[in-house]
Amino acid sequence: MADEAQYAIRSDTDVVFVRQAGRKLAQELGFAGSDLILIATAISELARNILEYAKLGEVRLCPVERDGRQGLTVIAEDHGPGIPDVALAMQDGYSTSRSLGLGLPGTRRLMDEFTIDSRVGEGTIVTVTKWIT
Amino acid sequence: MRVPILKQGPYLIASVQSALTDQDLVQLRDELADRVGKSRARGVIVDVTVLDVMDSFATRTLRTIAHVIRLRGAETVIVGIQPGVAFAMVQLGLSLEGVETALDLEEGIAVLNERLRATSGAVPDGG
Repeated sequence: MADEAQYAIRSDTDVVFVRQAGRKLAQELGFAGSDLILIATAISELARNILEYAKLGEVRLCPVERDGRQGLTVIAEDHGPGIPDVALAMQDGYSTSRSLGLGLPGTRRLMDEFTIDSRVGEGTIVTVTKWIT
Repeated sequence: MRVPILKQGPYLIASVQSALTDQDLVQLRDELADRVGKSRARGVIVDVTVLDVMDSFATRTLRTIAHVIRLRGAETVIVGIQPGVAFAMVQLGLSLEGVETALDLEEGIAVLNERLRATSGAVPDGG
């Protein structure tokens, strides 16, 4: 199985770089077709959130296996301000508001699994996984 | 990477050649707004066939481009959004509402020609 990889997110070029790396890794793991696009788009949104709200952070791409199924887990972590009201941030209407839009509900729809752990003043970790169908 | 902008008749055609950073997108927006005046273009086509990701920033910037170009007196058509990209945009909840789209460059030019005909038809000759 391919190795886990870690990418620092500091600028808009990092966003492009990490989503391309994620697409390539997903392809190596056996993902195909529109799944590659969904994964790359999700990575792009997560990296963008880091840049926009925390300025810097990192994205880890982890090949995973469960019950004989292959998958890709993406972990986006920052030590930014954190999200005061995660439930609110996960509401669809909230994400369309331009100033506060985190695009998290949309990102959740792109992937199979989604968890978020955010603490005000400490940072945010978003973990998403997609499984090969 | 900079997006080349070509003039073809009354239209400007911006064909995206590779993945775009946010800065590239913003530069494209500013350049199109400028060029549409300098070349007195009536329409703009942005060809995104090669893009495999259209995230929230890309979509928002394309929408802004179309609105800015309209304020500058021309029309914009976005062409070449790939099927998987369209699917991802829908899942993400992104739309290009109010922005003309077409399958490919040829269709995009047809859309602009139609628009141009409709507009010039409304103005009497020599008026």
